[in-house]
Amino acid sequence: MSKRKILMSLATMCVLSSAAMADGPKAGGVVNAVIQPEPPSLMIGLVQNGPTQMVAGNIYEGLLRYSPKLDPLPGLAESWSVSEDGKVYTFKLVKGVTWHDGKPFTSADVLFTIEFLKQTHARARGNLVQLDKVEAPDESTVAFTLKQPFGPFIGIFEVGSLPMIPKHIYEGTDFKTNPANNTPVGTGPFMFKEWQKGSFIHLVKNPNYHVKGKPNIDEIYWHVIPDAAARSVAYETGKVDVLPGGSVENFDVPRLSKLKNTCVTGAGWEFFSPHSWLWLNNRSGPTANKKFRQALMFAIDRNMAKDVVWNGLGKVATGPSGSAIKYYTGAVPKYDYDPAKAKALLKEAGYNGEKVRMLPLPYGETWQRWAEMVRQNLQDVGVNVEMIATDVPGWNQKVSEWDYDIAFTYLYQYGDPALGVGRNYVSSQIAKGSPFNNVEGYSNPEIDKLFADGAVAFPDAAREEIYAKAQKILVEDVPVAWMLELQFPTITRCSVKNLITTGIGVNDGFRDAWIEK
Amino acid sequence: MKQASRMLLRNPGGMIGIAILVIAVAVAMFGPLLFPTSPWRMVQRPFLPPFTLSGFPLGTDALGRDVMAGIIYGARVSLLVGLISTLASLAVGIPLGATAGYFGGKVDDALMRFTEFFQTVPSFALAIVLVAIMQPSIVSIVAAIAIVSWPPVARLVRGEVLSLRTREYVQAAVVTGQTNWWIIWREILPNALSPVIVLASLMVATAILLESSLSFLGLGDPNLMSWGYMVGAGRTVIRQAWWITVFPGIAILVSVLALNLIGEGLNDALNPRLAKGGR
Repeated sequence: MSKRKILMSLATMCVLSSAAMADGPKAGGVVNAVIQPEPPSLMIGLVQNGPTQMVAGNIYEGLLRYSPKLDPLPGLAESWSVSEDGKVYTFKLVKGVTWHDGKPFTSADVLFTIEFLKQTHARARGNLVQLDKVEAPDESTVAFTLKQPFGPFIGIFEVGSLPMIPKHIYEGTDFKTNPANNTPVGTGPFMFKEWQKGSFIHLVKNPNYHVKGKPNIDEIYWHVIPDAAARSVAYETGKVDVLPGGSVENFDVPRLSKLKNTCVTGAGWEFFSPHSWLWLNNRSGPTANKKFRQALMFAIDRNMAKDVVWNGLGKVATGPSGSAIKYYTGAVPKYDYDPAKAKALLKEAGYNGEKVRMLPLPYGETWQRWAEMVRQNLQDVGVNVEMIATDVPGWNQKVSEWDYDIAFTYLYQYGDPALGVGRNYVSSQIAKGSPFNNVEGYSNPEIDKLFADGAVAFPDAAREEIYAKAQKILVEDVPVAWMLELQFPTITRCSVKNLITTGIGVNDGFRDAWIEK
Repeated sequence: MKQASRMLLRNPGGMIGIAILVIAVAVAMFGPLLFPTSPWRMVQRPFLPPFTLSGFPLGTDALGRDVMAGIIYGARVSLLVGLISTLASLAVGIPLGATAGYFGGKVDDALMRFTEFFQTVPSFALAIVLVAIMQPSIVSIVAAIAIVSWPPVARLVRGEVLSLRTREYVQAAVVTGQTNWWIIWREILPNALSPVIVLASLMVATAILLESSLSFLGLGDPNLMSWGYMVGAGRTVIRQAWWITVFPGIAILVSVLALNLIGEGLNDALNPRLAKGGR
């Protein structure tokens, strides 16, 4: 069985590389990219914020990579298999891999990594709760045994979620103060060269990379440019060639995409699938009424928000799951823009003009404009909205303390409903003091049970059925008002080829990229 | 006083200022009757350039909101904030300055140290901090502007009172046994008023600028359309759509200029030395 898997993965690799051949990748060249904001550290095992993942994802590697459809692809593991009962995951590691300092990468590093990340990586710790034990029968085999079948497990091996950490550098040291944190050592296609704080991060090609013929690019400079307008100008003047998603304001995107030799894509965010919605306070005020919440869904013109505020990027969300997330279903009640229906529902709900407080997300102009648009939509159907201005700490505090009626937000979904969706709706995740998870205070025993069952159901078909049911109930209840599946467009010179090939896009994309001369 | 107003009317700068201000006030009062829809309403396609559609002479902004309507409704907010915050700072500054100047000694010391305490902090920075702490709203903005702009009033009034209180008519009032507060109110303040009026007219201008700067930085009342908000929101798209920032910018410029012209004119009209020359 595992032999078949190996053959399959080898075949995939051949297909991938021959496809690349057909395009005629050229070796050499330097890429200048923007990184925004400057990461606090590049040691991805300790720090996992966005910019860290983006740069360090090209230095470190995980056991698996994921296609835009979130199917696993070989990474440091060349093949893998799951036992019949869904409890044992066995990985065969690529042979002959070395760390950037020349030491070999083996199964011992994997075992060490699990211990390391349990201490330092909150999300990994959560992903590993179902892990019973991990063993290394030989130097290039690792077996994870779970307490019970846990379908999402195959989705937790991406470089930002479970990056491989070098045992020989960190074993027996204080991880947080290890001087090696400043000179990250991974197995990835690029090696850390230099970091001039406030100016640039310089990576160079790993000549001993384990995939033959890769990477093609010789050097990457990640430029730190604090002002959004200056980042656009840097692209226009040719100082940088790659603007990763979110590094320029939305309204600059149409202008920049009209420039010569410029390509724009929304791909490369499938794994994260940023999903935006309005928290609706289910505990008190008008938003505690289901009819009122449904009325909001009908009152808000989400297509217009997409076209005007987000310049046509993204997709109207149909429910709690993004369409790239596993077990997504579109077969749920629909809420198309219909002010008349909204008014009727408001009447049914017995709403009589009480003030409704709305918190915009204080993340810049785009979000401010969006809130103004939604306020107008709601005022049009007779909801008395008062916008509250806050800064980021103020927003965090108000949302954490449940001191709001409506609040904008967006969160990542990590590919599987058990990892990134359920947490926002199950009652066990209601906790005052956190701006994440079940902030709206929705509590439904049926939903709790469905998500609990869905996480451990086996095989996949059983999970699919459970999650379809959960999505239907949630969309009917409108615990939060889903807005858009966000897209953060990546802007590049068209001569930078093949940069976005996986579900995490630029984060591990430079491995396969090349420059046309 | 009559003479002063005649002087002011003869001053061309002052006349222009008054004319502009009258127009601005008229727009603020009656404009919303001509533009009954809310300035926040999205009425046309976004980024409509000015002078292309007759209903939208100044074009639309990033969300398709009418820039003209925004300027008209913004006039209300700007003028109102300018006026109320000036009145509020006068209400603090005049009594404080008069008390300090009239009683002198330790009272003066104490009050002036207190005033200096506010003067040493850069006023705009203080205003930002105050608004940020109190949460941006029209009330907090007016309060913040008043709090940062009363010290000059207090100092000015103190200086005037200091010189007036040694005049003979004041001493005569003291001798006749009138109470201190009565003397301040009836004898001193009316004579100290002219420089305060000049200062107040300039303060309205400063207050409008302050409100605009706060809104520009995103610290405006999010439920009210103001010129500063329009400039701030349009700033980021200035390369695609200059008109979103330029027109409210002109509105700020013109109204502040008008108030300054009026201040100048008042200064000339109320200055006894200049007035004598004119007679």
